[in-house]
Amino acid sequence: MPVLDFGDALNLALREEMRRDRRVYCIGEDIVLGVPFGVTKGLAEEFGPARVRNAPISEAAIVGSAMGAAITGLVPVVDMHFADFVTCAMDEVANQIAKSRYMFGGQISCPLTLRMPYGIGKSAGGHHSNSVEAWFVNIPGLKVCIPSTPADARGLLKTAIRDPDPVLIFEHRGLYRVTGEVPEAETLVPLGLADVKRPGTDVTVIATARMVGESLAAADRLAGEGISVEVVDPRSLVPLDREGLAASVRKTHRVVIAEEGPMRGSVGAWLAWVIMEACFDDLDAPIVRVAGPNIPIPFSPPLEAFATPGAADVVDAVRRVVK
Amino acid sequence: MYATMLRIRRAEERARELYAAGRIPGFIHLSIGQEAVAAGVCAPLRRDDYLFSTHRGHGHLIAKGGSLRGFMAELYGKATGCCKGKGGSMHLADASVGYLGANGVLTSGCVLAPGVGQSIQMRGTDQVAVTVFGDGAANRGPFHEGVNLAALWKVPVVFVCENNFWASTTAHDLSTAGGSIAARAAGYGIPGATVDGNDALAVYHAMESAVARARAGEGPSLIEARTVRFMGHFEGDPQGYRSRGEVEGGRQRDPIVRLRAHLEEAKLLDAAHAARVAAAVEAEVQDAVDFAESSPLPAPEDALQDLFVHYPWSD
Repeated sequence: MPVLDFGDALNLALREEMRRDRRVYCIGEDIVLGVPFGVTKGLAEEFGPARVRNAPISEAAIVGSAMGAAITGLVPVVDMHFADFVTCAMDEVANQIAKSRYMFGGQISCPLTLRMPYGIGKSAGGHHSNSVEAWFVNIPGLKVCIPSTPADARGLLKTAIRDPDPVLIFEHRGLYRVTGEVPEAETLVPLGLADVKRPGTDVTVIATARMVGESLAAADRLAGEGISVEVVDPRSLVPLDREGLAASVRKTHRVVIAEEGPMRGSVGAWLAWVIMEACFDDLDAPIVRVAGPNIPIPFSPPLEAFATPGAADVVDAVRRVVK
Repeated sequence: MYATMLRIRRAEERARELYAAGRIPGFIHLSIGQEAVAAGVCAPLRRDDYLFSTHRGHGHLIAKGGSLRGFMAELYGKATGCCKGKGGSMHLADASVGYLGANGVLTSGCVLAPGVGQSIQMRGTDQVAVTVFGDGAANRGPFHEGVNLAALWKVPVVFVCENNFWASTTAHDLSTAGGSIAARAAGYGIPGATVDGNDALAVYHAMESAVARARAGEGPSLIEARTVRFMGHFEGDPQGYRSRGEVEGGRQRDPIVRLRAHLEEAKLLDAAHAARVAAAVEAEVQDAVDFAESSPLPAPEDALQDLFVHYPWSD
């Protein structure tokens, strides 16, 4: 199986979908050159400037125009540049894209994909580093996916583009250069299907995006202590594979939830309730959560490191639930 | 245009009575006095052209050819409403006539329309996208982002500012720097025109040339139609912020009276013909009210429908 990095896997997905369907186009700031993460690099050469559209710094117009195009026959893939900037287009995402189909009684469909480069790292500071997926999980009308591997990134982005509804794909910028095997054949990853990244028997770690890799590293360490960790990646948060998560919990009876975003009001809090509702009688210990602190991401390296949950936090959390 | 304006006027007058009688829930924002803008903007449009509107969008829906029955039933929150009772007065839509939605968030259409223009361009049709917004909305950022993008891309979009000089309860002079919305077009290198929004023919002519320009691939235009809101911001608004004289003065500029006088002078309309038009409009509006009254309310669990086209697995 070929090995690609996460960013190249996304690039491949875009290329495949743009070749398959002439209605698909990309729009965003600096996407012709693929700045800053290289995901759209080279697409303009193959598909031309009308389908790989560099936009002015106008987030509301980028996202709004993509919706206008989507409801009248095109299939836009919007690059948000950095997910933090989505606040400049929050009306378009939260009020227009998410609500129109519903408010208009199903008359209007909005097949739009919003690529959300996000996450902590490299002292990028408070306007380029936050994990904001929880904002969107709370908005009815949006589907939200969050890949952790190159293969999932390609498969989920392709599914998102083909989905008739608006889908947000959260691409952790710390994963762009992480490599992994990607199937030669075109593969779609369905929304709402969790994936067991590592089977185990003593504890289920439910982790998203960068925290999946951290959790796998933690599982390696814990294996040395005789603790068998199952790492489950939901891959999409809306829709959520409740049954897939519950099946793992029924096997292990212990749960750690690991995410990068702030602890308060987070996706992990929602997942904990989902598990509690589905498997309360199966739980042998209270659910333990690993998440970021409730602060904007700071700049200075030691401060940023403090705000970054990692494998060591997962190790501590697992030890707490199995003791 | 005369019949369209009369249809809007009568439908809204009836809505006003029915709202006062407690038959219509929520809030309604009437466009009585502004009918010439709706009629003049929509007259040069085809059914397959697109229109985005404002929270004060009843007239735009009716002028675009939206179903009166669907309109009235939606105001009532009935299952047969154009949005199945999920939208209401502020979120009307009728995609079958290209009416892509009234909007509770002002100015949003200004960024949606350039994307529709882009889609028209990429599909290679000669359709046009129009967005109507108020003078208050022209002060929000998306107005500038949308006009800039449309001008940059040279897409077939007409931006129409329906300027009634009131942003809710805030006067134009207290909210709008520079005085003229149309003058802002110059900053983006596109044509801008100011017209008397109570003169249906003036709106029509300005719109006709903007639409022709858009269809010819020459890009967007901005029209500022200056008009008068006869009623309050919403029904029940006591309008303490506004002088009685201003409202009365506005009524002297009634666009329907004005167009009728013009048509009579041009020997295009006589009293008998006008009476026939009025009777036909009255019957249509009555039919819509009867339809709305006799339609069923949606089942409560219908609230869970229409969120997604396709929802795989559970949530």
